[in-house]
Amino acid sequence: MVQLSTHLDVSFAALSDATRRGVLERLGNADASISELAATFHMTLTGMKKHVGVLEQAGLVVTEKVGRVRTCKLGRSRLTDETAWIEAYRRHWAGRFDELDKVVEELKQKELSDGRR
Amino acid sequence: MDAGSDPAGGKARTTAQRTSDRELVVTRTIDGPARLVFEAWAKPELFQRWWAPTSFGVTLISYEADVRTGGGYRLEMGHPSFDRPMVFFGKYLEVTPGARLVWTNDEGGEAGPVTTVTFEENAGATLVVVHELYPSKEALDEAVASGSTSGWGEQFEQLDELITALNAKA
Repeated sequence: MVQLSTHLDVSFAALSDATRRGVLERLGNADASISELAATFHMTLTGMKKHVGVLEQAGLVVTEKVGRVRTCKLGRSRLTDETAWIEAYRRHWAGRFDELDKVVEELKQKELSDGRR
Repeated sequence: MDAGSDPAGGKARTTAQRTSDRELVVTRTIDGPARLVFEAWAKPELFQRWWAPTSFGVTLISYEADVRTGGGYRLEMGHPSFDRPMVFFGKYLEVTPGARLVWTNDEGGEAGPVTTVTFEENAGATLVVVHELYPSKEALDEAVASGSTSGWGEQFEQLDELITALNAKA
């Protein structure tokens, strides 16, 4: 669990910055080099390298150097994806169960008024 | 994994966990006896009142079910962004009134899970346990992955909510 919370901390810290979220959205459309990203976000190469480094550390981005160009693409941060997916799945069921509560409550009231209990 | 807890807590707490490579488990306690909770699942006219809450943005277009061991079901849901309704279907492998429902989810071919729901009554309330068993680790991984390809925007919304939930707990 310590490992999990450390991983979440790193992921959330990486996502806490608007530029880094923007970089992920941009990479969601297509892979890009660091210099392309720097140009898109009006940053210096060094500044963008830092952001990409944080995303890479969190497993959200992977980079590959071919010749002189470092290409960035979305990483498979399985834990982050899965945690978010399970939370969405849980909410999905929670929504259903809230409605089921109402139906069961109605059935209970109906039984009471029918005098079966 | 701890992400499945509901910060709301209390009786209305819904939990969800991936309990193994192939399994998902959801739990919730409903305030009422097992026979009534079961009735709300087994009677189509009751089931369709809660299975697709309006908050999902989807509407239940049609629902037919023969809730008996060996019987089948077919459910159609619509959404403004769908070209055509989404169809869900399968058959009941086991129906034990007041205790247990087991059905297949065949719309996804052989990758679909088998869903088992059990009802355990305790002091007038019923613990509902939904267990989804996928045929393989790959099938469940695929289900998780396809859920997250619906766009990074949506995923960030979910992450934001998750962070809020985690912060509320801390």
